[in-house]
Amino acid sequence: MNMKVQIAGVELKNPVMTASGTFGSGQEYSEFVDLNALGAVVTKGVANVPWPGNPTPRITETYGGMLNAIGLQNPGIDVFCRRDIPFLKKYDTKIIVNVCGKTTEDYCEVVERLADEPVDMLEINISCPNVKEGGIAFGQDPKAVEAITAAVKKKARQPVIMKLSPNVADITETARAAEAGGADVLSLINTLTGMKIDINRRTFALANKTGGMSGPAIKPIAVRMVYQTAQAVKLPIIGMGGIQSAEDALEFLMAGATAVSVGTANFHNPCATIEIIEGMRQFMEDKGVKDIRTLIGAVR
Amino acid sequence: MSTKKKETCTIVSQEQIAGGIYSMWLQTQTIAKEAAPGQFLSVYTRDAGKILPRPISICEIDRERGRIRLVYRVTGKNTGTEQFSKLHPGIGLEVLGPLGNGFPLKEAEGKRVFLMGGGIGIPPMLQTAKELKADKKIIVGYRDELFLTEELSENGELFAATEDGSFGTHGNVMDAVRENALEADVIMACGPAPMLRAIKAYALEKQIPCWISMEERMACGIGACLGCVCKSTEIDEHSHVHNKRVCKDGPVFLSTEVEL
Repeated sequence: MNMKVQIAGVELKNPVMTASGTFGSGQEYSEFVDLNALGAVVTKGVANVPWPGNPTPRITETYGGMLNAIGLQNPGIDVFCRRDIPFLKKYDTKIIVNVCGKTTEDYCEVVERLADEPVDMLEINISCPNVKEGGIAFGQDPKAVEAITAAVKKKARQPVIMKLSPNVADITETARAAEAGGADVLSLINTLTGMKIDINRRTFALANKTGGMSGPAIKPIAVRMVYQTAQAVKLPIIGMGGIQSAEDALEFLMAGATAVSVGTANFHNPCATIEIIEGMRQFMEDKGVKDIRTLIGAVR
Repeated sequence: MSTKKKETCTIVSQEQIAGGIYSMWLQTQTIAKEAAPGQFLSVYTRDAGKILPRPISICEIDRERGRIRLVYRVTGKNTGTEQFSKLHPGIGLEVLGPLGNGFPLKEAEGKRVFLMGGGIGIPPMLQTAKELKADKKIIVGYRDELFLTEELSENGELFAATEDGSFGTHGNVMDAVRENALEADVIMACGPAPMLRAIKAYALEKQIPCWISMEERMACGIGACLGCVCKSTEIDEHSHVHNKRVCKDGPVFLSTEVEL
């Protein structure tokens, strides 16, 4: 039985990776998960300098999901290279570094800094809804998506994944723009912008007022967008959004994703990634699927 | 080492001990063996729509019988905590833990110590009082109805304050300290932010070390998501910004390390 998949020339031992921001750089979860078993670890977004993030509360639960407005708190690329990459190198898994920035130059600086580091792919976060500058500001305008993709591609030594925002009228437009800019891979979806009001305190549940919604409630939207994108572009897709079981992950593969990321489910069960991989293997065995690649885009 | 995981514990008992306050004993050999006062458990609801765990502090540890006691407040209608309160003995409850650091008991051994709790911050002070060998003044503040006072008084000299004046000092825990002219070398406290702020100011004025247990909305509970940070006075060595993680670096902090 084969569970290996290839994305932009990088071979993953299975299609399951972590979703950026939910898994740190793997250190905390390594007490619960054998990182060697994962297709890849996608790190929390890292910028050129440390970012303090947003005020608290940063987290609130919604039915079937949650809102977060962390605001991309991160220790900066220097600490990341010194501490987080050596930690992940101890494991036999692929390393995908999520890159964030306020300006095109910020993104490029991080990408250049990573050029000689032993990381396998770069995921460019142009879709975070919780920061005022950068993030989603790049991700909602097709022209800006194409321009930043091209700028990053010029500096990058590793394959570039552009992470797309679902907070757009037509995801295929931004997907095509990233393809035109030279992206190697697309990942989607980032969180959906949402809001919750605390009626007892008559205030917003999050200090940032709005937050990014994730969790099982958004999964049908994510599957639809992965399907639409798979029809619109030739690039491989990493699908994510509310995956909490093997069945959920398989939906994304059949909709056209080559790999999947598991995010919010880690909060509900720190061993979620491992259980999903095991469940996918079981599905293949039960259904007599010899090669997982035959499931990718199986539904048209 | 990837050895930790969620555990399903059997509920041994469930009882209401005051208005909206419940006490639940869980059977869990592994957690009872590892747990320390001031640590917490992530407790998962049985409703698939409520995806995040509820962090609840450990009130008591019975290592002999392998049990953990949680005393918690029902926070409203249709909440996870309301659901917990309706679970009967014999039912399994998913938990993760023990999590967080706990109170540094060694720092207080043999000294004059204030153990201070306010509202739903009182429960973790019970196990702290049980394990700490020191001259203990246990100072607790309630809005009106008392709970855990009997157990607390068995483990130190108890001073209570109520906001409505129905029992003990009329006011809060700091009023109780003043009214009884209490003195300490060390403070350990858990409660709402305004109470912790007042205790921090008092400790600063008296020049005594003070450990406080903080609360914040959490998601992962293990230090990865950065949802539950508090402001730190210095740049934190993990985050490299002025933020500490309440779930992982805390919930107990030296009061001078954090901003309130």
